[in-house]
Amino acid sequence: MKYHTYDAVVVGAGGAGLRAAIELTDVASVAVVTKLYPTRSHTGAAQGGVCAALGNTEEDHWEWHMFDTVKGGDYLVDQDAAEVMCREAIDEIYELEHMGLPFNRTPEGLIDQRRFGGHTRNFGEGPVRRACYAADRTGHMILQTMYQQSVKHDVHFYNEFHVFDLILSEDGRAAGVVAYELATGEIHIFHAKAVLFATGGFGRAFRVTSNAQTLTGDGMAVVYRRGIPLEDMEFYQFHPTGMYKMGILLSEAARGEGAILRNGLGERFMERYAPTLLDLAPRDMVTRAIYQEIREGRGAEGKDYVYLDLRHLGKQVIDEKLPDITDFVRTYFHIDPAKDLVPIQPTAHYAMGGIPTDIDGRVVTDEKNTPLPGLYAAGETACVSVHGANRLGTNSLLDILVFGRRAGAHMAKFVKENDLPPLPKDAGERVQQMLDGLLKANGHESVAKIRTDLQRDMMDLAGVYRTAEGLTKMQGILGELRERYQHIGLQDRGSLFNAELVDAVELGFLLDCSEALVSSALAREESRGGHYREDFPKRDDQRFLSHTLAYKRDNGQIELRYKPVVITRFQPKERKY
Amino acid sequence: MKVKLRIKRFNPQKDRKPYWQEFEVEAEKTDRVLDALHQIRWYQDGTLGFRRSCAHGICGSDAMLINGKNRLACKALFADLGDYVTVEPLRGLPVLKDLIVDMEPFFAAYRAVKPYLINNDQPPLKERLQSPEERARFDDTTKCILCAACTTSCPSFWVNRDYLGPAAIVNAHRFIFDSRDQGADERLDILASRDGVWRCRTIFNCTDACPRGIQVTKAIEEVKRAIMYAKV
Repeated sequence: MKYHTYDAVVVGAGGAGLRAAIELTDVASVAVVTKLYPTRSHTGAAQGGVCAALGNTEEDHWEWHMFDTVKGGDYLVDQDAAEVMCREAIDEIYELEHMGLPFNRTPEGLIDQRRFGGHTRNFGEGPVRRACYAADRTGHMILQTMYQQSVKHDVHFYNEFHVFDLILSEDGRAAGVVAYELATGEIHIFHAKAVLFATGGFGRAFRVTSNAQTLTGDGMAVVYRRGIPLEDMEFYQFHPTGMYKMGILLSEAARGEGAILRNGLGERFMERYAPTLLDLAPRDMVTRAIYQEIREGRGAEGKDYVYLDLRHLGKQVIDEKLPDITDFVRTYFHIDPAKDLVPIQPTAHYAMGGIPTDIDGRVVTDEKNTPLPGLYAAGETACVSVHGANRLGTNSLLDILVFGRRAGAHMAKFVKENDLPPLPKDAGERVQQMLDGLLKANGHESVAKIRTDLQRDMMDLAGVYRTAEGLTKMQGILGELRERYQHIGLQDRGSLFNAELVDAVELGFLLDCSEALVSSALAREESRGGHYREDFPKRDDQRFLSHTLAYKRDNGQIELRYKPVVITRFQPKERKY
Repeated sequence: MKVKLRIKRFNPQKDRKPYWQEFEVEAEKTDRVLDALHQIRWYQDGTLGFRRSCAHGICGSDAMLINGKNRLACKALFADLGDYVTVEPLRGLPVLKDLIVDMEPFFAAYRAVKPYLINNDQPPLKERLQSPEERARFDDTTKCILCAACTTSCPSFWVNRDYLGPAAIVNAHRFIFDSRDQGADERLDILASRDGVWRCRTIFNCTDACPRGIQVTKAIEEVKRAIMYAKV
């Protein structure tokens, strides 16, 4: 085992992790530990834009943005957090521009803005141009800009180090993390005063997903196993427009620029579901509309997909404003979106839930929001909660920037005021045991087969439509998968880039996230945002205007508790578009 | 259809030198080389080493030499490659295991060109202004995903590993031609050095290799001209 000591450790080098590291690096010693190379993180796959009420092309106000965020989240959003995000969005975008991010520009030279789903003027009157963008590679440009700034500030990276455990001191503080070095198989102990998890989501729990192969809920599962709850895990977003069968994201920016969804009959079916916002209704609603069309036999060619129609946008708009998704469609489908309809289906996209935090990124562990000193989380892996039951498009990029920065700033203060907590003697023990077990694993079960079964069943039973029957069945299946997981066999006994071993550990993380999701979903007997229960199709504020906290207990059982939603400006109302 | 993959293997802990190994997998025409590599690792040989993440050509993890050309495994379809495909690690970087190469020399070259906005003026309260035309000037080079396909396809780089290489120059170009940047002179000094742009022999391998369609050779030529005529 190798030991390292820093003031702060940031786990994950996507937008949230790097934004925090940039904030920290000039004032504290900080290590960024990532299982990939920094520019490989999935922030880079975000396409359409990042919203802020700059008002560059038409009137806009952060209060409108906040309202849209709260309503879009079906009133499960913590409004103090949404207010912080939408207010600070404006300066955050200017800051990004000052860092060099190449936004598209208006003829006057301002940052250009475009429409996006669920973002409206004057509290829901109609679509507003709020999304700042860099063609359809906004996430790519954010990630590149963050990495450029990391180079400028000489941020210290540990690339291809996979964090498998959180270290807690005996007095209940975060004391560091345990990481596995992919290139050597060595265990590294990072001893630190403060730890930030910014490890992204767990889309790989589902069969069709826009998420990278590497999005396996690592950070969530690591803290969950250490007794920290996961919040609102039942709220999982399916993005309406994934490429058929592949799941690759086709940005909502396509519809922001005017693209239309059509069913097998060629109808613009969103007219029936959201008469005001039409194709730019929030994602949960558009996704259910697509499923409904398919269920009623109006899928394309009678199958489980519909079409995205970009043909009327013209070649210039498609080439200049949507070049990447055009390239995806040409590469993988061999068709031309300027001439052909594009087959799409909803794709597992984003976890609204995650590690509970306050507005400074501090991880909080109970209904009273008691912080765990020194532990932080930001980005998709965290739940602040600014997305509530359904995230609006572009707000994820905003979330990583605003709360990445805030977490970094708070950590900078925290490490100045606190000493290094004592390192428990057995800090690396658990990981060592796990690795020893895996390197000897010679059972008959295959990691890939268990994962494939998990993904198929999660998609069918815990995806867009849910019932008590299906979720209960899924609980049983998860029990069986867990049992099979005890009997896996691995071929690679080596210490050099042992991807098989990593796959096995990641499958364990996915199982944990899936269990938390399914238990939380079964208990929530209502429909809200991305959580739709066919047996309870109405929202029930009386019983469920609250956040779920799922705890993994030592005996493996899951305990559910609930904490109230923070409501400040906007009282819950029926959600119509 | 059945496809055969001929893969160059090397595990420095076990092998004295690299060797070829063939695998057969069931694949659709629309499948990618990455799908086949996954099939092999998941169901045939768990020791096969390769990197990947996003699986749709945006993260830059899985550049490799496929049928003699640098490509991303996630963007190389059997429909275009046929049913017999050779896969090797990128050339010019040390092989760590199978298809995994040491990326550190590549990123060191990237860092050497100061790949970040340099502007020492006090920023305005809002955004700096930039016209759409000024923004378009460097649009192409903002697409780079640092996959190393260009640099490791360059014969000049193969014979001189100190050459900064196409990717570093592309990333320098991205700032040199950004109207907001003031660091062009420092970067052009670096790029005018012995291991800078003059190593480029205009072979166009880099442009052919770029999975993002960046006109790499054109960008390098623009940097050369900026050095010669001291004009950005």
